Amino acid sequence: MRWTEAVVLGLAVWGSVLAQSAPQTQPAQQASPVPSAQANTGQFVVVIDAAHGGTDAGAGLGNGLAEKNVTLALSVRLRSTLQARGVNVVTTREADATLPALNRAEAANHAQAAVCLVLHATATGSGVHLYTAALAPAAQTHPLSWPTAQAGYVTQSVKLESEIDSAMAHAQIPVTLGRASVQPMDNLACPAVAVEMAPLVAGHITGGKGISDTGYQETVVNALAAAVESWRSDWKQP
Amino acid sequence: MISRVHKVLFLIMLLACVVMAAFLIRLRNRAQDRLHAEATMAPAEITEGSPSAPRSVMLYIPNDLDGSMTSVQRSIALPADDNAQARVLLDNLIAAFHAAGSTHPMSVETGVNEVYFLPLPKARGEQASSGRIAVVDLSGALAAAQPSGIEPETLTLLAMMATLHANMPSIAEVHFLVDGQPRQTLAGHADLTRTYLASEASPEANPTSRPGQAAEVTP
Repeated sequence: MRWTEAVVLGLAVWGSVLAQSAPQTQPAQQASPVPSAQANTGQFVVVIDAAHGGTDAGAGLGNGLAEKNVTLALSVRLRSTLQARGVNVVTTREADATLPALNRAEAANHAQAAVCLVLHATATGSGVHLYTAALAPAAQTHPLSWPTAQAGYVTQSVKLESEIDSAMAHAQIPVTLGRASVQPMDNLACPAVAVEMAPLVAGHITGGKGISDTGYQETVVNALAAAVESWRSDWKQP
Repeated sequence: MISRVHKVLFLIMLLACVVMAAFLIRLRNRAQDRLHAEATMAPAEITEGSPSAPRSVMLYIPNDLDGSMTSVQRSIALPADDNAQARVLLDNLIAAFHAAGSTHPMSVETGVNEVYFLPLPKARGEQASSGRIAVVDLSGALAAAQPSGIEPETLTLLAMMATLHANMPSIAEVHFLVDGQPRQTLAGHADLTRTYLASEASPEANPTSRPGQAAEVTP
């Protein structure tokens, strides 16, 4: 080997060593379970997302109760109620597992859901808080614009929110309506409402009930199931 | 077989590469030194101006029970400086959250480190806009004291935006930081990664609750 070739080879080796030692610019892929959801074939599917879970406990609800456990209990109860009424349900989690917002949206969008319910719980306020995404309504896009996927469904989400509001009113549960920026709402390509359950403050119609009161949870779940059934009766297969 | 000319040419190019690399490294070191010197320099004295005579301002106080927002008129002495003015407004709002009988209780009395202003980025071909982006740097103590939940967190942000927009109409957008750093959420729910339109916070722009509507009270 001639000396010039040796220099060239040396430079090449040096360059490759430098390239390997340079910091990675691409973030490492997060290895987390993606909930299994069958691709929809025109069926009426409801996606229930129990917020938080695993290392993300969510809000503290007093007496050692964590939001992640309340949302999971509500999710399991709602899933059973809906399945008993013949509704296909996909849940994003069935156990106390950490699940990134991205995976939740991925599961919901893969299921091509007719309804997406994101369940939350808080110790503040009274009754049930219903939130839709704060995005401005826009036409649905193909391919999906991931950060603003919900924009194409905002109008339907508001109608779904109204349906749930009516069902809650029928169950005599006070409701607060609003728009909020909460993950993964903006990424959901389905009519989506965040349902936040709060304790029931005693009023002139209702008695006070804690968030862990099973009777209260049952009333909320039944109202949600009634709203979903009502939504299904008007739902047209896409 | 490589000719002598090519060998000489190669050596010259190699030498040039080495010289350029050394020159670039030196330039980078000088730039780093300069930035370091600027960062460690004592900040210039900031004069906020003495508070002027008390001025009538509007604070927006949320109600956790029905999600409504009530506007309350207060008389507050505001500094002349815009940044300090915004900070005083928000500190008065947080003090109202902390007051006994508050409809949106919070366990801290203050919670804003600083408010910065940036001009709105203008689109190509657009005239300069008079609107500004307010970057509100909240304290970690406020974030820790914030009750967790979609409703309480959203109401805190909306109240801050509505108060800023009502008293300083040039604020078109608001972005939140916590202790100078970007943060995913305020206390686990409300998204802090996005920049909010200040007009989103006006009670008229927000859907209402049942029962109870956004109210306006001027005692």
